[in-house]
Amino acid sequence: MNQETRPHQLGRQDVDQGPLPQTFAQKALARAAGLDMVEVGAVVDVRPDIVLSHDNTAAIREIWLQFGQERVAIAEKLAITLDHAVPAPTTRHAQNHAEIREFVREQGISNFFEVGRGICHQVLSEEALVLPGQIVLGADSHTPHFGWLGAFGAGIGRSEVAALWATGELWLRVPESISIVLEGDLPRGVTAKDFALRIIGDWGADGGLYASIEFSGSGIEAMSVDSRMALANMMAEFGAKSSFIRPDGKTRAYLEAALARRAARMKHEGLAEESRADVEKLQLLPDEGAAYAATYSYSAGELEPTVSCPHTVDNVAPLSAVAGVEVQQAFIGTCTNGRLEDIAEAAEVVRGRQVAVGTRLLVIPASSLVLQEALERGYIQALVAAGAAIGTPGCGPCMGNHMGVPATGEVTISSANRNFRGRMGTTDAEIYLANPAVVAASAVAGRIADPRSIV
Amino acid sequence: MEIQGRAWKYGDNINTDVLFPGKYTYTVKGQEEIASHALEDLDPTFAPNVRRGDLVIGGRNFGCGSSREQAATCLVYNGVGAVIAESFARIFYRNAINNGLLAIVCPEAAQAIQGQELVSVDLERRLIECGSGRFAFPALSATVQEILEAGGLVEQVKRRLALAGPASEGSG
Repeated sequence: MNQETRPHQLGRQDVDQGPLPQTFAQKALARAAGLDMVEVGAVVDVRPDIVLSHDNTAAIREIWLQFGQERVAIAEKLAITLDHAVPAPTTRHAQNHAEIREFVREQGISNFFEVGRGICHQVLSEEALVLPGQIVLGADSHTPHFGWLGAFGAGIGRSEVAALWATGELWLRVPESISIVLEGDLPRGVTAKDFALRIIGDWGADGGLYASIEFSGSGIEAMSVDSRMALANMMAEFGAKSSFIRPDGKTRAYLEAALARRAARMKHEGLAEESRADVEKLQLLPDEGAAYAATYSYSAGELEPTVSCPHTVDNVAPLSAVAGVEVQQAFIGTCTNGRLEDIAEAAEVVRGRQVAVGTRLLVIPASSLVLQEALERGYIQALVAAGAAIGTPGCGPCMGNHMGVPATGEVTISSANRNFRGRMGTTDAEIYLANPAVVAASAVAGRIADPRSIV
Repeated sequence: MEIQGRAWKYGDNINTDVLFPGKYTYTVKGQEEIASHALEDLDPTFAPNVRRGDLVIGGRNFGCGSSREQAATCLVYNGVGAVIAESFARIFYRNAINNGLLAIVCPEAAQAIQGQELVSVDLERRLIECGSGRFAFPALSATVQEILEAGGLVEQVKRRLALAGPASEGSG
């Protein structure tokens, strides 16, 4: 890894050469603010294309009601998923969902996704509700996820979502950008998750604070769409405001398939065609020579499987340093690593093997589509045969609501994104974060293990 | 305006899960109940003993993690006068300001302040005073100042909507 830090370019405007080169974040925020150009550090009022919320929608409605409106101003831009505690584990959670359904009916929200459809970021990706160059603001910290498709996604609070419902706009500061370059091919057993953990370990949980992270390089181009989602999503744990990966043929193929599915379901034949034109038209790319607060370069060949140790994400160690730690629970899922590729890797590790006595393996697909495809390909069968418990698509036990809360003193290895104390609902329980194959291998071994020593 | 109270000092990367556990986020609603779970997994002595005007002091990246707004409102409902830190995670910072909770970036003061000592903050002169000295902090941005002066984001939006008149409301 190399660091070359370049100072911001001076603000000298050369009339002959046109405007200064801009980052993706500058272009995306300028578009959403209706301006030709915005400077880094400027505060602008933006009109996002999509506003997402989930189980917190009822609480947002309570805030919005204070504005005295009968109708939300931007009903067509709202996307609401029930995902954080599904199916409802208690009466209070069920009541919360009931209030959300009532709001959805009353306001005529068409982009509403019921219990079991999946996690907001995965579902909105599968539905192609966010397109390249667009802005999505979400009452969820992992909204930088949408950088996978070249969109600007940022997490915001509940009051801010309520304000958006009422006015359609919100202030955002134009962030500095950090360029992260990955060259080469990832070695066998090393994934986008390991790369993300390495970045966060190298520069700290606040290494990307307030920044837009722009990825580039042959290592990023070689990544699957699923891997790009994991990488962009994890930038939330780097303190980033948003992330960006340049859309390419893989991005377009994914979005076109998604639009075709939606068009078929809505019996709207023109939709895919119209949206395909939008994908080309909306796409925004950073200019050559744009100014970055820092540039970090990595060689893929030097990366290795990496694990976050309790109780912070930046407390990373190479897998080899923590192998052997006993685990009682192994969890594969979440918006970070609950996709088809992740479940495929886990299935390959456990096929023909059994989860160790004294350890339990939970697998929760990120969406109903992931579950369906994993069934069609026999991954779920392999996992169940090995002793895994399969859960309803959603966030599962990631944030301690249900479906795998650890006992006091237990150790969990998880493919999720956070290992903070108490995160999974139990104060005195340890969480290690790793890629899905490492989680699966650890379930089989009963201790943290390297899948390359098994498969 | 001056804020004065005791300092509750914590370290770097104080995250939203220890500020307000995720398991309560969709079910715990009343202000008192939200207040009672503040910092539960980090310092169980905080919620029962914090007094109106007290200050929370953090290191780097205070409030990292989730977007949950209760991480800020649980401090507001406990009467916390301000949070002083070396740096803030961005969503926590916005949530604090939007709920009228002053979030001050001042690395020198955050390091110098001792736990449980008396601290005062003079907003006009932008000075923090504690046992080991006085520390200046930078002016808040105009946007942040406007929200704080309105008494939070909800109040600011109400004003904007009132100025814009009924035609702009809920036009679909």
